[in-house]
Amino acid sequence: MGKKTETAENAAHLQRLYRMVLTIRRAEEALAELLAEGLIPGFIHLSIGQEAIAAGVMDVLAPADTITSTHRGHGHAIAKGMAFDAFFAELLGRDPGACRGRGGSMHVADVSKGMLGANGIVAAGIPIALGSALAHQVLKRDAVAVAFFGDGAMAEGLLHECLNLAALWKLPVLFVCENNRWGEFLETAHQIVFTLEKLATAYGVPHVAVDGNDVAAVAEATGRLVAQIRAGGGPMILECDTLRVGGHYEGDPQRGRDPADQEKAAARDPVTIARRFLTEDVISRIDAEVANEIAAAIAFARAAPEPGWADAAASVYAAQS
Amino acid sequence: MTELRYNHAVNRAMADAMAADPTVVLFGEDVAGAGGVYGATRGLRDKFGPERVRDTPISEAAIVGMAVGAALSGLKPIVEISFIDFMTFAMDAVVNQAAKMRTMFGAQCSVPMVLRTQHGGGAGSGPQHSQCLEAWFAHVPGLKVVCPGDPASAYGLLRAAIDDPDPVIVVEHKGLYATRVPEPDALPILPIGKAAISRPGRDLTIVSYGGALRAVKDVANGLEAEGIEAEIVDLRSLQPWDEAAVLASLAHTHRLLIVHEAVEAFGVGAEIAARMADIGFDELDAPILRVGAPFMPSPVAKALERRYMPNHDTIMAAVRRLLA
Repeated sequence: MGKKTETAENAAHLQRLYRMVLTIRRAEEALAELLAEGLIPGFIHLSIGQEAIAAGVMDVLAPADTITSTHRGHGHAIAKGMAFDAFFAELLGRDPGACRGRGGSMHVADVSKGMLGANGIVAAGIPIALGSALAHQVLKRDAVAVAFFGDGAMAEGLLHECLNLAALWKLPVLFVCENNRWGEFLETAHQIVFTLEKLATAYGVPHVAVDGNDVAAVAEATGRLVAQIRAGGGPMILECDTLRVGGHYEGDPQRGRDPADQEKAAARDPVTIARRFLTEDVISRIDAEVANEIAAAIAFARAAPEPGWADAAASVYAAQS
Repeated sequence: MTELRYNHAVNRAMADAMAADPTVVLFGEDVAGAGGVYGATRGLRDKFGPERVRDTPISEAAIVGMAVGAALSGLKPIVEISFIDFMTFAMDAVVNQAAKMRTMFGAQCSVPMVLRTQHGGGAGSGPQHSQCLEAWFAHVPGLKVVCPGDPASAYGLLRAAIDDPDPVIVVEHKGLYATRVPEPDALPILPIGKAAISRPGRDLTIVSYGGALRAVKDVANGLEAEGIEAEIVDLRSLQPWDEAAVLASLAHTHRLLIVHEAVEAFGVGAEIAARMADIGFDELDAPILRVGAPFMPSPVAKALERRYMPNHDTIMAAVRRLLA
């Protein structure tokens, strides 16, 4: 490959990464507005400040790879390829939503795209990713499963059970910790006495730390780890250092949080970092395209019909032939 | 004469399903090497290999959660949880994940997994190894629950559970594993949600399931000598349960007794009684009665456990009240 082609490919890659980081950011900013407008049922957890992790990890994954997500899962769903119309319609609780308006923010899922669900229960997605990895292994698929979780899940017993099991069975699973330093309303420094790196050593699972706000770094590290997992290397851990810009949920008054902590988060903005190597022209072109896509999806969602009762009530069990 | 043992029927159901479908896998604590605490999985690893039949660590939450993910990704997992009491550690995966996914994800998928477990007293196993917790699962929309009371049901219901696209909890009974019947001519797959009339009768209906059927049958035999004909409805499935069969029986006996080993309060019997009081009200010649365990943890001592479990005397006393 000539140097010119390589440079062009690299430029296209950086643009793709930036586009996804920005897409997640703008989508979630729009969600905050839609929530304020009263159009979103329930509450939502935004990943503003953490977008580079979803964008970077998913950039490496193939369609056959599977992921499980968390309560902060909008970015994972979007980056794994959930259709934008279906995403916004789901968040607004409309019939053409990805889950027909029954799951909403905390349960966005597109199984056909390998997105096995955001999850309202901390750590609950991790064993589901392991099971998906088991299926890849038993059915001899060249696929990996990725379990996203936050540092708030580190004190859940499930994570420990799953690290042991994944290592024991050499499952093709990547554990991705989005360490944003908060577990719900309390800094994890006040919840957890160990580090993920030490835990990884205990279970004999390789651990790699990366700047989770640098999308190119996340993609690069994920690429290396996923290649090893595909080659039969067993489970790996990618710990992404990041910062939660907002509160636990949108509207969280964040009592007791030092404002300096939020300023620190803003200073490491993944969108700004992803722009580093792009020209002004490219940036404004991508910004405009993303804004248009989001506007169109929101218009679709606003106009979409409410779900019907009969369909919803009939969906509890599969129809029996 | 060849005979069919309950635990062998369970084993055969899994073997037949695994032979028919390469996506069926089995994992759980001690299912591969030891062949299961009650021997129901013996020989399956030899037959189907260590890839499909696996021992797990003692991590109920993780292994049931794994079953959910495996089911979403193309396998049909069977998980054995050796005592239903241990399901407490796996409740998130069962209740929040497996049960809800079909509805919660807008019917884009089903979760075809089977959880085999066993319940029941009579072995002095004590308060953490004897509970009958099936009503918990029957209370959760999205789950199916079956409770086989004999070897043929153990085979037929488990095959149906493995074929089913939705999560099914198969609750066997530790006191039944060694029971045997003459080898049946055929072992059909039994539809989930259908009860069986295990004994026809005209004077009263006794609805029961699982291990409690033994005492119920003894009582019915005793009543026969007095010229009283009890009809026994073996529910087989608790969720969904065969409302039509119970109502049809009630419609010709006009008296209803429900017997189960689980704690009586807030149990399966309460649901059946409430439904029959509603849709079967005109058929009733007497109040609906229930016999279940008292509202206390199950004790170890033989003398206490005998009294704790529904038995010939407590069931007979209820029958007398019903016929009085």
